[in-house]
Amino acid sequence: MLKLLYFASLRERMGRTEEDLAIPAGIATVADLTKHLQARDAAGAAAFGESSLVRAAVNQEFAPASTRIRDGDEIAFFPPVTGG
Amino acid sequence: MATVRVQSAPFDTGAELANLLAGRTDIGGIGAFVGVVRGSSGEDALVSMTLEHYPAMTARALTRIAAEAETRWDLLGCTVIHRFGRLVPGDPIVLVLAASTHREPALAAASFLIDWLKTRAPFWKQEERQDGSVSWVEACASDDEAAARWESGT
Repeated sequence: MLKLLYFASLRERMGRTEEDLAIPAGIATVADLTKHLQARDAAGAAAFGESSLVRAAVNQEFAPASTRIRDGDEIAFFPPVTGG
Repeated sequence: MATVRVQSAPFDTGAELANLLAGRTDIGGIGAFVGVVRGSSGEDALVSMTLEHYPAMTARALTRIAAEAETRWDLLGCTVIHRFGRLVPGDPIVLVLAASTHREPALAAASFLIDWLKTRAPFWKQEERQDGSVSWVEACASDDEAAARWESGT
């Protein structure tokens, strides 16, 4: 099972702050998961449609799209950060 | 070892400076940056800025940024405090302090800390305006460029 978290504009577009997801068949990387979520429903399409504006963290570390995912990972999706 | 805090409450810059200096006389200078919510005027004047963050990750990310500064410069103290929640124009958002024997490393490290923090700490700003609109602040290329200048040459 994966724990997915959404922040800021992605949280609003997904309509939720988090969810648990069993790793779907054929999903090996963050990029695969992004495509899966985009194709899943209208909220996913809205949140992940502009993939250039989506960033990810795996287990609280910023992670490129090529990062491999494992059962038990906490994967967060969010837009580019704007702190400071 | 840096002091890192993520909090909704205001911070006391004077108290944080005193903490760095307490019980020692080897510090020759402290570089400081205080980020403040900048107001604006007109129909779309800024009413508030709300900062969201990723609680499980934020302190770790800030600690890593501070550790990177301590690797690059010979620091005698380092403080990073970042607020979250709803702030209004004039409110301080972030404090970075870097203490060293001389001004060059202190100022350079403070500049580095805020530049890296802007692109590597999981915070997002949402603006509420006088006309009722609410929008997320978009990341700007100049922040990426400011952070990138520390990537090479050091």
